Amino acid sequence: MTPAARKWLLRAYTAALFAFVFAPLVTIAVFSFNSDRFPSLPWAGFSLDWYRAVFADATIARGLANSVCVAAATAIISTFLGFCAAYVDYRFRFTGKTAFMALMTLPPTIPVVILGLAMLTFEGRIGLTGTLSGVTAGHVVLSSPFALALVRLRLADLDPNLEAASWNLGAGRWSTMRDVIVPFCFPAIVAALFLTAAISFDEFMIAWFVSGLNETLPVRLLAMLQGQVSPRINAVGTMVFAVSIALVVLAQLVIGRRLRVRTAKIGR
Amino acid sequence: MATPARCLSMTASGRSKSAASLAFNLSWVTPPLLWQLLFFLVPLGFLVAVTFWSVRSFRLTPDFVLANWSHILTAGFFRSAYVYTFALAALTAVLASVVAFPAAYTMAFKVGPGSRRFLIFLLVVPFFTSYPVRIYSWQVVFSPFGIVNKLLGLMSLGPLNLLNTPWVTIVGYLTLALPLVILLQTFALANVDRTLVEAAKNLGCSPLRAVITVLIPAARVGLIVAAAFAFVLAFGDYISPLLLGGSKPPTLSVLLADQVKSGNHWPRAAVIAVVMVLTLMTILLIMLGVAYGQGRRRTS
Repeated sequence: MTPAARKWLLRAYTAALFAFVFAPLVTIAVFSFNSDRFPSLPWAGFSLDWYRAVFADATIARGLANSVCVAAATAIISTFLGFCAAYVDYRFRFTGKTAFMALMTLPPTIPVVILGLAMLTFEGRIGLTGTLSGVTAGHVVLSSPFALALVRLRLADLDPNLEAASWNLGAGRWSTMRDVIVPFCFPAIVAALFLTAAISFDEFMIAWFVSGLNETLPVRLLAMLQGQVSPRINAVGTMVFAVSIALVVLAQLVIGRRLRVRTAKIGR
Repeated sequence: MATPARCLSMTASGRSKSAASLAFNLSWVTPPLLWQLLFFLVPLGFLVAVTFWSVRSFRLTPDFVLANWSHILTAGFFRSAYVYTFALAALTAVLASVVAFPAAYTMAFKVGPGSRRFLIFLLVVPFFTSYPVRIYSWQVVFSPFGIVNKLLGLMSLGPLNLLNTPWVTIVGYLTLALPLVILLQTFALANVDRTLVEAAKNLGCSPLRAVITVLIPAARVGLIVAAAFAFVLAFGDYISPLLLGGSKPPTLSVLLADQVKSGNHWPRAAVIAVVMVLTLMTILLIMLGVAYGQGRRRTS
């Protein structure tokens, strides 16, 4: 096989694999506009009926409102905590730092079904189950490591001497933080807000265990998925996709310049 | 020459400065530490404690009994679920690694930097995009009247009973794991010193042999980490075995959720959770040991 043929074969394979990864998203979006009740072939015609049905459903509207509240609170708290932990990792050396960083970064490696159960039993004792605060507490644990990673990557590009220089020139610790560190990290902070909001908006397992009667949108969706096939699911699913894709794309665009530099570097 | 008084004032101001900087330092350490302790470490520790508690008239009661452990560990349904879950997760880790590799290789070496950036950008999206809905989509595609069976029908094949099989469950696991595995493998391969591969080729290695004998060993750590993540994701997943596997046979996550849903048997669910966490920690330690251990032997 010639090198050129090999290259095109590999590219075709990669394209097929990407098609597999994106097939579920495309399928749901396409069938959400199909007028037939059951999502199959042949295509029965374009329709917005299922979207109308979704907008008329009060339980979905309530779930959406709950999800938006939880996602907003999670984004703000976990970005703040992630920023703190990233700065600690960047600036300080102390005994127990490895344990500290492990505690900050481990939660995403624990299956959400276990985190959910742990939150349910623990929050049951302190009266947080069934509340949106209880859901938020779990979502923050899960998403702050991602905020940490984004901010830490950004801080890796900040010369540590810059901060010391600012201190030597008479600026206090707090004013250096306000005038040097935070402005430098600003793109990463904004990206972290979007990304953590997306994680919370899509999280279904912790919310399923903890939320009780205050269902978030993914919990409502999960209940619908376990019921009979309803074309409304396609419409809700497509809207959920649209929201999370928008958030993740925004996050990536904000730190895009940085990502470009990094990937260019590894490309060499 | 410093007078004693001046020395004293200097140390005093030094002390107040260090007190101020200690306050500054602590104000960054404390918030994330407290949050993760209170809502991550304590709940997990509490979960371990609950495995020894009992349930009396549907209420969780502090206790010290071993009945939950003995009930779960001796149950045949638990053992078969453990073996089934472990086997599916291991198969997913192997399949995902093998299936992802040519794509990661292409992204690392066979496309321009612009395309690579765009492909990475694309792969990040599904990782954060409603997983249950994506699995529901597969459920629709594989259902008896779904697209796959319609296409099989056109070729006068089938209909095949695709849902509620381990194979479709693995399709779900791959949907979850592949984006992350491709990304991690791409980064691992792109960080390999390319002069190594060129040198092997100059010395007469075929491209395939250069990949197997030079590239894969050099990128070993990243490739193993990617496989470990695929295992972790599949081992703990609840959605694919529920929606695609039909909960039959149940995986550990399905068993766990069932114990909570039916009869509030939280202590038994906690036992399953603790066994799962211990398994995952052991697997991660072994895989990282293999990854780094071999590296030491190679360089010495």
